[in-house]
Amino acid sequence: MDSITSAASVVAAGLAVGLAAIGPGIGQGSASQGAVEGIARQPEAEGKIRGTLLLSLAFMESLTIYGLVVALVLLFANPFA
Amino acid sequence: MALLPFTLPFAELEVGNHLYWQIGNLNLHGQVFLSSWILIGALLALVLVGTRKLDRDPRGVQNLLEFLWDYLRDLARDQIGEKYYREWLPFIGTLFLFIFVSNWGGALIPWKVFELPEGELGAPTADINTTVAMALLVSLAYFYAGLSKKGLRFFELYVEPTPIMLPFKIIEEFTKPLSLSFRLFGNILADELAVGVLVYLVPLIVPLPVMLLGLFTSAIQALIFATLAAFYIGEGLHEHH
Repeated sequence: MDSITSAASVVAAGLAVGLAAIGPGIGQGSASQGAVEGIARQPEAEGKIRGTLLLSLAFMESLTIYGLVVALVLLFANPFA
Repeated sequence: MALLPFTLPFAELEVGNHLYWQIGNLNLHGQVFLSSWILIGALLALVLVGTRKLDRDPRGVQNLLEFLWDYLRDLARDQIGEKYYREWLPFIGTLFLFIFVSNWGGALIPWKVFELPEGELGAPTADINTTVAMALLVSLAYFYAGLSKKGLRFFELYVEPTPIMLPFKIIEEFTKPLSLSFRLFGNILADELAVGVLVYLVPLIVPLPVMLLGLFTSAIQALIFATLAAFYIGEGLHEHH
């Protein structure tokens, strides 16, 4: 791998995870906010709300994971190397 | 990968090293097969032991299995609907149990004890090939379910509620297996790597919370994969209208 390619890959890998973390971070924040409000209003629905919240949090989490997969491909299985 | 000038005996980071088995022109990732055979064996043994002598009042392993069965039945029934869930319960249940046992087995069993000439044993779901195979199976199951129950009316799904949705629905057929497989693969690999990096830097105590978080997320991922598979199959059957 020549040095330009490796430098660009490392920068791109960092950007891939970092940028992919912004949106899901905001989304998870507002989802948790909604869940906490729901529990405060209706404490008896806590179990159901928690289940749904965990499932939707995992969906948002997977968006960051896609960025991570791209970063891992760039670092360990770089197609341009 | 050598980040430090000295090597610690506890951990090495290995990505992309595989124990290759050559069959014809195919390169198989041997370590994935070995670990999944071991885990499938353990799962089968558990189920056989649990169902060999059935009591009216379940105790021990039978109790655990009945609890799992109840759980999976509720999962499948919620997503697929009362009418058809029974046919798809075995598929959904197998997916859930295999992924769950793979994820936890990969994290909990000390695989380092077994020396391989190349690569290392670990969770089978941390290999993209396993997850892609399972995601494509889900796609096949979804088309089979829809086409066998609805015939050609299955394709009505693509123009509902309006024909404008047609291109998006077609693209969705490709993104479904893509996101299913990448989600599982990425999560499990990320857990393994996070634990690996932490063990590499601080071998004692510090990685424990991350390991526990990894166990939690990998259980959730198994649940998500099974739920989504059931949801897609339910969508293919589209009973609810």
